[in-house]
Amino acid sequence: MKYFPLLWSGLWRKRTRTLLTLASVTIAFLLFGLLQGVNAAFSHGVEASKLNRLYVQSRVSFTESLPIAQMTQIEAVPGVDAVSFANWFGGYYQEPKNFLPSYPIEIGRFMTVYPEMLLPPDQVEAMIKTRTGAIVGVEAAQKYGWKIGDHVPLKSAIWTHPGGSGDWDFDIVGIFDWPADRNQTNALYFNYKYFDEARSFGKGTVGWYIVHLADVSQGGRIAEQIDALFANSTDETKTQNEKEFSQSFLKQFGDINFIVSAIIGAVFFALLFLTGNTMMQSISERIPDFAVLKTLGFTDGGVLALVLGEALLLCVTAALLGLAAASAAFPAMKTFIGVAELPGQVILLGVALAILLAVVTGLPPALKVGRLAIVDSLRGR
Amino acid sequence: MFDQIVAISLLNLASIPRRWGASLVIVVGIAGVVGVLISVLAMAQGFNETMNRTGRADRAIVLRGGSQAELSSTLSREAAQTIDDAPGVKKDPSGHAITSDDVVAILSLPLRQGGTTANVTLRGVGPRDAELRPEIKLIAGRLYQPGLREVIVGQSAQQQFSGIELGRKIAFRDSDWTVVGVFESPDSHASEVIADSEQVLAAYRRNLFQSVTVQLEDVSSFDRFRAFLTSDPRLSVDVKRENEYYAELSKQLGTLLTFVGYVVGGIMAVGALFGALNTMYSAVSTRTVEIATLRAIGFGATPVLISVFIEALLLSLLGAVIGAGLAWLFFNGNAVNTLSGNFTQVVFHLTVTPALALVGITWAALIGLIGGLFPALRAVRRPVVEALRGN
Repeated sequence: MKYFPLLWSGLWRKRTRTLLTLASVTIAFLLFGLLQGVNAAFSHGVEASKLNRLYVQSRVSFTESLPIAQMTQIEAVPGVDAVSFANWFGGYYQEPKNFLPSYPIEIGRFMTVYPEMLLPPDQVEAMIKTRTGAIVGVEAAQKYGWKIGDHVPLKSAIWTHPGGSGDWDFDIVGIFDWPADRNQTNALYFNYKYFDEARSFGKGTVGWYIVHLADVSQGGRIAEQIDALFANSTDETKTQNEKEFSQSFLKQFGDINFIVSAIIGAVFFALLFLTGNTMMQSISERIPDFAVLKTLGFTDGGVLALVLGEALLLCVTAALLGLAAASAAFPAMKTFIGVAELPGQVILLGVALAILLAVVTGLPPALKVGRLAIVDSLRGR
Repeated sequence: MFDQIVAISLLNLASIPRRWGASLVIVVGIAGVVGVLISVLAMAQGFNETMNRTGRADRAIVLRGGSQAELSSTLSREAAQTIDDAPGVKKDPSGHAITSDDVVAILSLPLRQGGTTANVTLRGVGPRDAELRPEIKLIAGRLYQPGLREVIVGQSAQQQFSGIELGRKIAFRDSDWTVVGVFESPDSHASEVIADSEQVLAAYRRNLFQSVTVQLEDVSSFDRFRAFLTSDPRLSVDVKRENEYYAELSKQLGTLLTFVGYVVGGIMAVGALFGALNTMYSAVSTRTVEIATLRAIGFGATPVLISVFIEALLLSLLGAVIGAGLAWLFFNGNAVNTLSGNFTQVVFHLTVTPALALVGITWAALIGLIGGLFPALRAVRRPVVEALRGN
């Protein structure tokens, strides 16, 4: 710590240069924070997924329905704890842009396979008793200003009543929370029974089954067993665990990860050049100064450490500034990516990268200074 | 004046090799900005071009009211019949309306890369599809036969997915479907698998179509066609010109890609600007004595100023050319697939156009100009006597 003023005055010697370098490294880390943060937000669903849940969908594609009669057969597979189901509803509120993830379910079954969902018992009771009842997540409730007792009309882009209308009416009977994953609270769930009775086609089918396992290690075997049950039938299934299920959706967006890494690679390559060059320049201008330090009794290693310290101070400060800016920008992007804060691991990775950057750019000049011969250097040559 | 500018600029440029390291900062920084900007914009460009080529103004597509995309739409046989018979639809010489009642389903097929599965559109089309969509051309094999479980596969789909080569069988629903032909099409249909609609309906045990596409008598008969359908009380349908439907479907992703390109490129540009300023400041400061000497022997302030500009500009343009070149070399024509509005994969090619290259070069020139401005001002503002002392 006592060398801090020395590091500081070294950096501050050419104020413009240091500030400009600091600014461009800051920008690079701002970009890193934003891109890596968005990337992490996309894979967040995958990270949060549980291996003790299996998803059974039609082998043809996820848009094909499965007959509800399959449920009892799946329940009978040894090792299966509970089975629930859901359907894609394609609901929106008033206008298509107010898209609302909404699913017909059976509340009792649903809460057994998703214990993460929190709903007060009296509201569960109300949901069971109210045919047109619906429960809505805290974020969706906040967004549209809905409260218990409200009557909510939704439109479905897919499902119609026999009359051909896509208007569906619900009564909000509960508001649920999902502390493990706030994204889940943007959704609305309603009674499958009401849905199945009122829709004009596809009766007696569900979109997918969710299977809760007693023992995670049995997942592979049980998945195979479920698919074997329906092999060669008209409704063949594909069973995956939750992680594979969410990954398969992500992969379809193309390789986001690759694009992000390529951009960050380009940014850091350019940066390496810039910082490395600045460090070299700054050091070679100060060669006589370092010779004086050595005359005063600094060891080779000491001088080397000083130079590296300067690089570290510059890069880490810039990285922290850039990451702070990225983190400040995150709440504004919430509507696009659904996550409101910069994940911690991105910050750690950023700081690690800053240290790496400092070492790579600071080491060559540091080694040069460490090897200086005092007499030659004092001459300024 | 002009002679002075040329003289000083040449002097500056001649000294660049002695300070390659610093000058490279500008070149590399700007190459990065331009490369990333152009690559992302090329993605948006390729996607928009593919989607804009899909659909024509003299064709109309009819979906169930409020359904937004084919996948969520359903039309009964009676509705489809009414649409086929509507006024404004072109008839072929034998008197049949040139239309196709389409069934759209999704197939999960393994991707060539990575082996995971992704969605392909399976489109069941009516018997008059060849007249309706003449842009779909067979390039290998033959057409499917009505009444048989046979499919033809788009060229882009074939490049992206494995197991759908000519002669292979695809197993879905309760039977095997043979790939009997491969077709090319300039639009997003090239990412699809096409079969006879009645076969698809039977296999999926459905009796509902997803959309009806019709050939209009001419571009102007659209209004008549739409007015007829929307005034029919038995129908609740959305009628759109085909090109407008696809443009709407792709608008979101196209806009998003363009937005990402400009935001990421913009942030990088600011970073590169700081780098350029840094380089030009140090270029000017190492030449303090040189510049002062020039001023002392009678060179004006303006030529010195302009010479610094020229140096920054040339270095930036060099960077821009390298960046654009790299983007073109590595990405132009690269096939990329992503989810389209229909939950299925659409394949498009990154397209680096001269217009995009120009955007990149304009950005580079701006960065170079601003990066050169302040250092140039500093260079000429310094009192000659003080600068000559070298301090």
